[in-house]
Amino acid sequence: MSATTPPPTERELIDFVVREARLLDDKRYQEWLDLWSDDGIYWVPLSPEQSDGIHHNSHLYEDKLLRALRVERLKNPRAHAQQPPSRAQHLLQVPTIERSDAVAQRHVMRSAFHYAEAQGDETIYLVGTVFHHLAVQGGRLVLTMKRVDLLNAEAALPAVQLFI
Amino acid sequence: MSDRYRDHPDRVRALVEPDRVHRDLYIDPELFALEQEHFFANTWNYVGHESQLPSAGDYLTLEIAGRPLVAVRHDDGSVRVLMNRCAHKGARVVSAPAGNTGRFFRCPYHAWAYNTDGSLRAIPLKSGYDGTRLAECEAAQGLAPVKNVRSHRGFVFAKLSDAGADFESYFGDSLSSIDNLADRSPEGELEITGGCLRFLHACNWKMFVENLNDTMHPMVVHESSAGTAKRMWKDEPADKPKPMAIEQFVPFVSDYKFFDDMGVRVFANGHSYSGVHFSIHSGYSGVVGYEEKMHAAYGAGRSAEIMKIARHNTVYFPSLTIKGAIQSIRVVRPIAVDKTVIESWTFRLKGAPDELLERTITYNRLINSPFSVVGHDDLHSYRAIQKGLHASGNPWVNLQRDFDPAEIGASDLVATGTSEISMRNQYRAWLHYMTETM
Repeated sequence: MSATTPPPTERELIDFVVREARLLDDKRYQEWLDLWSDDGIYWVPLSPEQSDGIHHNSHLYEDKLLRALRVERLKNPRAHAQQPPSRAQHLLQVPTIERSDAVAQRHVMRSAFHYAEAQGDETIYLVGTVFHHLAVQGGRLVLTMKRVDLLNAEAALPAVQLFI
Repeated sequence: MSDRYRDHPDRVRALVEPDRVHRDLYIDPELFALEQEHFFANTWNYVGHESQLPSAGDYLTLEIAGRPLVAVRHDDGSVRVLMNRCAHKGARVVSAPAGNTGRFFRCPYHAWAYNTDGSLRAIPLKSGYDGTRLAECEAAQGLAPVKNVRSHRGFVFAKLSDAGADFESYFGDSLSSIDNLADRSPEGELEITGGCLRFLHACNWKMFVENLNDTMHPMVVHESSAGTAKRMWKDEPADKPKPMAIEQFVPFVSDYKFFDDMGVRVFANGHSYSGVHFSIHSGYSGVVGYEEKMHAAYGAGRSAEIMKIARHNTVYFPSLTIKGAIQSIRVVRPIAVDKTVIESWTFRLKGAPDELLERTITYNRLINSPFSVVGHDDLHSYRAIQKGLHASGNPWVNLQRDFDPAEIGASDLVATGTSEISMRNQYRAWLHYMTETM
C-alpha cells in the first residue's frame, strides 16, 4: 500500500460488496476467490453474539484453503449433491459503512440481505446481515473477513450448498 | 394414514428378514407413528449431557418419541426428566431450548407452579378446587416424571416405557466407547461446549444411523470433497505440517482394504462401532502437552491404552452416536417419516490442551454443518433412497454383505469392517422393541 493511495470512497466500498454478491450469483468463483486477502476468513457463526470461530462451533469458518476446496469440489462431476446444479441469488439492501479507519485503511460494511438457493423444484430462503471487512492491500480493496449473521442461525437448517 | 400395521405385529415381523428389510421401514407414515408409540418408547434414548445442567434449576428441553420433555437439575443434585406438559390444561410449560428456572417451573398460562421434581407446588386461588376431586386426578400429580432415567459418565438416557430392557443389559459392554471418550480427559470428565449444529435431513432417521458404520460409502460419496482435498495437498512436501482440515478430510477417501481392516463390532440391542483395530482418526498428529498430562493422570501404561483406542463411530441405538477419538457426538431426533434433525455437539476434555477443542470444533464444522461439503453428499444419498424406494418391482433394502446366519442372536461379535452386519443387527433390535408392546 502506498502512502499516497487515496482512501476508498463510499461508492467504491459499496461497489465491492455488490460485486462480491454478483460474482457468487454468476458462479464466477475464481474471481470471487481473488477478492480475498491471504488470511481472509469466510464465517457463518452459530449465533449473532458469537465472537470466537476457533473454540466455538460455526456453520462455516473457512480460510483460503477451504474456500478453494469448496470451489474445486463444484468442478468435480462426482459432487453428487450438485445434480442438478444449484443456483443462488443474493438480494442486498444498500450497504452502509459500519466502521471506517482511514489511517489503517480498514473498513467494515454492513448489508441486510435475502439469499435464495434453488435446486430443481426446491428453493431455500435465508435472511440476515452480512459484514464485509475490507482492507487496502497493494493499492486495491481486499476482503479480510466476511461474516454472515443469519436471522435463524440457531435453527435446524437444510443443506446450504453454495456460497451465502 | 392406513392401519395396515396397527395391532398386526405379525405384519411388522414380516418386514425384517435376516439379511434385508422392507422399504416401509423408511417410507410408511403409519410405521413412523408406531415407532414413536412403541420403538422409541421402549428403547433408551439420549437426553443430554450433565455438563449442560451444572446448577440446580438448569434445564433443557427436547422431544423423545414425539413427547415434549424437560430435563432439569433438581435441588438434590439429580437430573430429572419430566413431561413438559402442564397438569392443568396441557400447555407446554417451558419453551426455551435451555435455561435456569430457579426453584420451580411456572406455567405461562394460569401460573400453576411445579417443583423441579415435577410435583405440584402451587395453584393460584386454590380454594376454587375445594370440594372437587382434584386430589384424585392426574392434575394434582404435577409434571409427570419419566421413571427410567440413567446417567453414564454424564450421558443421560431415558426410557419412556416400563417395557424394554434395564439400562445395563440394554447397553452392556458397548458403554466402553463412552468410557473411552471420558477417559481421554486427564480428569476423566467432559464438558459439552461450543453450541450445537442442527442439520435438517429430509430423510428417515434410519438412513443416517445406518450410514455411520457403512464403510463402503466414504470413498464413493466423498470423492468430490475429501478426494479433492487429497489432490490439492498431494504436491506439498511430505514434511510440511498438514492443516487440521487436510488431516481430517483425507482419510475419508482411504481404500476398501483400509475400511475392511478397521473391523466392526456389534452388540445386542442394535449397538455397534467400526474401527475395532484403528480408524480414520488414528493418524492425527499429537497435540503438544496432552500426552504428558495423560501420563501424569493415569500412568504411562493406562494412558497408552486409552489413547490407542480410536474408534470410528459408535452407535448407541437408536439416538446417540459418538466419536470418542474426536470427542464429538451426533444425536438423532426423528421428526417425521421423511424428516430428521441431526444435532452435532462437541466436548472439552477437562484438563486437556485447548488445541483438542479446536480439533473437534474443526471436525464438527467440516463434517456435520448444514454447509458441510461432506454432509451434502451424504444427505444426497439419503434423499435418493427416500425417493428411490417408491419405485415398484423391488420393495427390499438389501443388507446382505458378509451375511452369516450364525451371527443371528450373537450378543458381541467382531466382523470385517465392510460387513453390513451393523445394519442387520440394528433391525433385529428394531423389530424386537417395535413389537414388544404391540
